[in-house]
Amino acid sequence: MSQRTIAVWDGKVRIRVHSQGSGPALVFLHGPWGLTWDPFLDELAKSFTVHAPEHPGTTPETPDDIYQLDGLWDLVLCYDELLTALGVDNAALVGHSFGGMLACELAAAYPARVRCLALIAPLGFWRDGERVVNWMMLDPARLPEYVFRDPKSEAARRMFGGGDDPDAAADARVRLAWGMGATGKFIWPIPDKGLKKRIHRVTAPTLLVWGKEDRLVPPVYADEFTRRIGGARVHTVDGAGHVPHLERPDVVARMVREFAAGERSP
Amino acid sequence: MKISAFHLMPHRELPDDFEKRYESVWVTPPWWELADAERVGQYYNWTLDELLFAARAGFDGVCTNEHHQNAYGFMPSPNIMGAVLAKATNGTNVAIVQMGATLPTSNPPIRVAEEYAMLDCISGGRLVAGLPLGSAMDVNLCYGITPMEHRERYREAFALTLKAWQSRELFAWNGRYYQLANVNLWPRPIQQPHPPVWVPGSGSISTFDFAVDNDVCYCFLSYSGAKAAKTMMQGYWDVVAKKGRETNPYRAGFLQLVAVAESDAAAEAKYARHVEYFYHKCLHWPIQYLSPPGNQDYRSLVAAAKSNIRRAEDPKSLRYRDFVEKGYVIAGSAATVRDRIKEEVVKGLRVGNLMVLLQIGSMPHELTLENMDRFARDVLPSLRGEWNDEGWVNHWWPERLRGAAAPRAAAVAAAGS
Repeated sequence: MSQRTIAVWDGKVRIRVHSQGSGPALVFLHGPWGLTWDPFLDELAKSFTVHAPEHPGTTPETPDDIYQLDGLWDLVLCYDELLTALGVDNAALVGHSFGGMLACELAAAYPARVRCLALIAPLGFWRDGERVVNWMMLDPARLPEYVFRDPKSEAARRMFGGGDDPDAAADARVRLAWGMGATGKFIWPIPDKGLKKRIHRVTAPTLLVWGKEDRLVPPVYADEFTRRIGGARVHTVDGAGHVPHLERPDVVARMVREFAAGERSP
Repeated sequence: MKISAFHLMPHRELPDDFEKRYESVWVTPPWWELADAERVGQYYNWTLDELLFAARAGFDGVCTNEHHQNAYGFMPSPNIMGAVLAKATNGTNVAIVQMGATLPTSNPPIRVAEEYAMLDCISGGRLVAGLPLGSAMDVNLCYGITPMEHRERYREAFALTLKAWQSRELFAWNGRYYQLANVNLWPRPIQQPHPPVWVPGSGSISTFDFAVDNDVCYCFLSYSGAKAAKTMMQGYWDVVAKKGRETNPYRAGFLQLVAVAESDAAAEAKYARHVEYFYHKCLHWPIQYLSPPGNQDYRSLVAAAKSNIRRAEDPKSLRYRDFVEKGYVIAGSAATVRDRIKEEVVKGLRVGNLMVLLQIGSMPHELTLENMDRFARDVLPSLRGEWNDEGWVNHWWPERLRGAAAPRAAAVAAAGS
């Protein structure tokens, strides 16, 4: 795996990008709890050149870069600059949760940049009757059970840092809190920031993946996307909560791989 | 020194099992189950009557503050209360201490500058302008301000407020969060160049720097008492010294819960349940509400995560005698209260602007008046002369009230006896 830091936004926002694999470009945009390279990305790297950027501010060396961005428009432009710097004209975009919303915004802003779009439990809409749970207001001790169907799983331990080492635990608390803050900046207090006005611009073939037992963003939100994106398909994943790609990496990686391979440009 | 009566305006009649039945006193408590507007109207009127009683009894100032969506203290607009107090205390030497209207929840924030200017005009220049950051519960959870923008918005609004009061000319404010092309405040405050500014805080280190850099009075609003505040306030004084400012005690304010009775035993009999009500019910909220992700800056977050978790004591496990012993509340006979305030608060923290909370939790109106009266008669006079020997000027008090000791009004002396 290679790692490099790319400065965008006139040099003021430094984004660290992890890249691995070969084949067509696939960009993965992570969710509110930061990026950890995981078996799901390993699996995708067998078929694609996977680029996984760390969201501005979530890299421990450059936490304050997030203050350079005032809103979603700034953020979308940053990612456009990032793709240019990566030399990626056109990619499969895969986004999870907050990253899913961001991927959809990018696909609406730059339809030509997005060959296909795979959204895993994306944010972006709001229903009064089925509210998205604000994980930033939950008791941190109970957060794992909201994110994962099985909060005791290995994947949950990787994300939340269940080890005995107090320093590692402190680092994990900081990483999670700042990750939620830096992504939360663009969605507080309700994660409906106008995607509904822009989503009609999405032309990329779209796949939606949802954990059947998502306790944060109920799977009914898939309807909001399928109603608005022609031909969008939905896969629900048994035995998974809000992070199906970490809970069932083999299953979700296969879904995404088959979808993205099928949508390969000639 | 200056001694002001602070009021939260709490719900005084929450059910006995409140903290078991409901998840929080703040943000989410259901109004329709817990409150009644007619009764709440009575609370507001008691609150005003109590503060006016304090004003007539000889306190130097009366304090109100802003909070939202809670049963702990619900004056969403402290300036409405302040307006009543300003009008009703005209002709006295009592300061109207707004602690105060919260800038990030006021949009545009010059609304606060305008209302404070009104209060200063109505009161004849007796305003103390508290400019709080606001709690995360109020600003982020109730008023929807993004946690990561909270402090930046506050600092921009603070600078705008100071400029709006003082500018001799109409100006344009082209800020990051606020854009106003024609700032030209009507009215302007009587006090020149502007009313004294107090910045309340809860011990955040970045607020120390801010307070000293802006030369304001930093007020530590703590419910854990002076003993627990010692390290924190020392941190503030260290910043004052490091930045080369004089260690004028009037640069610091502190809020202390106080209950006075005929004797220590009588204080327990009278006040124990109200003190426990306050700590068990009025401060009942999920800990994470205090700091949603992004509200603390990165350095503070790292410091908090790495500090060998100085686990805050859970007040729900404490009873009246614990609260008194640990100094959360200073309670007892007038002599006990006077000695402890002098020792723990005035000397211990080097505080020149003292605020005392005398209506505590469920404390009923009559008992509140008794507490205020006992404090004003038997405690306050012996505190007022503190710091006089050092000759400091209280730059953070309305200039025309600096020398004056408010006389005890005859009518109140009669009412309180």
